[in-house]
Amino acid sequence: MPAPIRLRELIRTIRTARTQAEEREMIQKECAAIRSSFREEDNTYRCRNVAKLLYMHMLGYPAHFGQLECLKLIASQKFTDKRIGYLGAMLLLDERQDVHLLMTNCIKNDLNHSTQYVQGLALCTLGCMGSSEMCRDLAGEVEKLLKTSNSYLRKKAALCAVHVIRKVPELMEMFLPATKNLLNEKNHGVLHTSVVLLTEMCERSPDMLAHFRKVGLVPQLVRILKNLIMSGYSPEHDVSGISDPFLQVRILRLLRILGRNDDDSSEAMNDILAQVATNTETSKNVGNAILYETVLTIMDIKSESGLRVLAINILGRFLLNNDKNIRYVALTSLLKTVQTDHNAVQRHRSTIVDCLKDLDVSIKRRAMELSFALVNGNNVRGMMKELLYFLDSCEPEFKADCASGIFLAAEKYAPSKRWHIDTIMRVLTTAGSYVRDDAVPNLIQLITNSVEMHAYTVQRLYKAILGDYSQQPLVQVASWCIGEYGDLLVSGQCEEEEPIQVTEDEVLDILESVLISNMSASVTRGYALTAIMKLSTRFTCTVNRIKKVVSIYGSSIDVELQQRAVEYNALFKKYDHMRPALLERMPVMEKVTTNGPTEIVQTNGETEPAVLETKPPPSGLQPANQANDLLDLLGGSDITPVIPTAPTSKPASAGGELLDLLGDLNLTGSPVSAPAPQIAQPPFLLDGLTSQPLFNDIAAGIPSITAYNKNGLKIDFTFERSNTNPSVTVITIQASNSTELDMTDFVFQAAVPKTFQLQLLSPSSSVIPAFNSGTITQVIKVLNPQKQQLRMRIKLTYNHKGSAMQDLAEVNNFPPQSWQ
Amino acid sequence: MIKFFLMVNKQGQTRLSRYYEHVEVNKRTMLEAEVIKNCLSRSKDQCSFIEYKDFKLVYRQYAALFIVVGIDHTENEMAVYELIHNFVEVLDKYFSRV
Repeated sequence: MPAPIRLRELIRTIRTARTQAEEREMIQKECAAIRSSFREEDNTYRCRNVAKLLYMHMLGYPAHFGQLECLKLIASQKFTDKRIGYLGAMLLLDERQDVHLLMTNCIKNDLNHSTQYVQGLALCTLGCMGSSEMCRDLAGEVEKLLKTSNSYLRKKAALCAVHVIRKVPELMEMFLPATKNLLNEKNHGVLHTSVVLLTEMCERSPDMLAHFRKVGLVPQLVRILKNLIMSGYSPEHDVSGISDPFLQVRILRLLRILGRNDDDSSEAMNDILAQVATNTETSKNVGNAILYETVLTIMDIKSESGLRVLAINILGRFLLNNDKNIRYVALTSLLKTVQTDHNAVQRHRSTIVDCLKDLDVSIKRRAMELSFALVNGNNVRGMMKELLYFLDSCEPEFKADCASGIFLAAEKYAPSKRWHIDTIMRVLTTAGSYVRDDAVPNLIQLITNSVEMHAYTVQRLYKAILGDYSQQPLVQVASWCIGEYGDLLVSGQCEEEEPIQVTEDEVLDILESVLISNMSASVTRGYALTAIMKLSTRFTCTVNRIKKVVSIYGSSIDVELQQRAVEYNALFKKYDHMRPALLERMPVMEKVTTNGPTEIVQTNGETEPAVLETKPPPSGLQPANQANDLLDLLGGSDITPVIPTAPTSKPASAGGELLDLLGDLNLTGSPVSAPAPQIAQPPFLLDGLTSQPLFNDIAAGIPSITAYNKNGLKIDFTFERSNTNPSVTVITIQASNSTELDMTDFVFQAAVPKTFQLQLLSPSSSVIPAFNSGTITQVIKVLNPQKQQLRMRIKLTYNHKGSAMQDLAEVNNFPPQSWQ
Repeated sequence: MIKFFLMVNKQGQTRLSRYYEHVEVNKRTMLEAEVIKNCLSRSKDQCSFIEYKDFKLVYRQYAALFIVVGIDHTENEMAVYELIHNFVEVLDKYFSRV
């Protein structure tokens, strides 16, 4: 059989292959030749064959049949054989193969070989692929070699020790004594690998870390680093004018680990860090690499503030550099430090904002994240402008994140409501389809709460969807607003902007086209239908048209739409008298914030906010519709002063302490500006709009009672029960004054036993005029799930005849129909 | 920590590969193809650090050859960038015709 070709030939041949298939053919032919050669047990050419096999393995072809051959090569005495054998072992073998254990003995012998190169080979291989058993067996040998004076071997032994520690952490202590002298070497190779070894030990075990701190490692490292910087030109270590930057970086990293959370070490290294930061040349990338590592170290240890400012200034300088890499690195580190050193980073805000316009994707992403972190109350207007511009021009993968970020920032720092709404509108129109789903209810809540902007908002939204109604979130918000505030739109009153003339028909046109359009999602259609329905109370001349639209969708294929349409139809036909009340304006919603409870417990456990009735906010958008007592569930006004208190000082009666859940919030007895009663989550709220079982409120003829009658003050209770939720009782109190002087500052408070829940809504006023000429009405909702007998303790405070009066009473004469 | 070290030419043929963590043989080719695709699509004035899956790629182009090093987040990217150049210089010195 002819001598197998040399590796060079093989490579040349493979290079000539022009297609993948050709290459594969050549390689397979060669593999076959190699395999037959192995079978012949030919010693002379084994090494050549294995070399070829390794090359083919690197190209990606299977080469496992060569593993055993590698072992044979390792066992041979020739150095060239050993060399290829070990290389093959490193590449082809790992602890998954059983064969590797056979190597252990070979390696052991070679570790004690007379030639250092052989020893070196063995160390390399062990350090590369040694399994835990092998490491355990051979750790002693490695440790011995760590103490030798031969620097060639010492550095390899150090790296091997790193691998051993990674595989078998318990053996770490064994290497500890050897490390004592490691740093006394002059040879940079040994220094470098020793630093790696020390780093590994410190990272793995806090005990080691403490030990090294005690033993004075930091001063040693500082000394070495100083020598490196101060020493003159040394040709063997020089890289672009800096002496051994790789070692410098390694030492800085080890210093970082040592100085973290440790004041003494941090203090010891302050000077050297400052020195490195100021003396390193920044014209080349090498210098910048060292500076980068220095900055990371300064940020991580407990450095003094002067040093930190220095570090941030370095990063700022990086940002101005032309090289992309450096800017990227600077942005990344600034992102890490912005939490802790916010003010310092603010100084570089303009540069960061410029980076938003960079061409590179990674840089843009970093700059965007950093910009969001830097937004605060002072700079929000300017930043928003930049960010909105960025949103316009950025790639789609950024848009969702950017939009959410803008919403968050706007929410936190909006200088005015109008600005806030403008910003949101801008985001919706530019990146409408990328906005996240939960943004829609948040926006709606925001719009509801900015009462004075309703007209402006609805006008702008109307104009926005007039041209284009493909962006779903925008259309959803717009249809909701048009439904709510359509009357404002048509009446053309708007202070902020030029009012536009819109007729009712035009509004209905746009909503209908949303309904019909193919681009609208099912959810959007639901919004539109409900909006049309709501307009039936707001608009005057187009009610018939609305009726027609609604009845068409009664036979829609979409179940959701169909249900809504059928219910709305029923509303037109059977419950027309309730329609206005049902479709009144939404109240100001309390924001469900994540920090801190601002809400009162939602009482009367409505799983369906059955009627989204509103007592209109007192700023009087709808002066005409006063509270419809019957269906007044949500008196969400900002003025409600009343929170019933728990009269905890009173000894409990047999019914246990009268505990009012609402009273939990306020035990001082003084009226607090009550957060409006919590309505369920906004999306939930909107669901309620749609899938509403009609609140069939039959005042089932429950007799009313006089709860209190003393000193001229009479309080009557009238009851209603809900058919849909039989554990809810709605009590309306009427307070009248038969004396000849008014009673002012009247406050009514109530408490119920623990098994009940109580919700007190705002009273109509706080003055009871004299001579029974007027009354104060207030609504109480009681949830009585266990159908226990209703009892209540009431407390009345008012001013009468110039003196403050206060009285407590218990009401026991509730009629059975009110709670059974 | 350095995960892998690759030298790939512009056509996507691997010239040198060294993995410091075990990766299946068939996955290697896939990985190399994806990596080189990412690097080829970058223009000259974009930065040399790419975020790829859960590690970073540092690449450097020398004529028709790309040297790509995959590192994890504990490593100093710029130091690795320098390392690549150092490596090339060493090769140049040793083989005198790189």
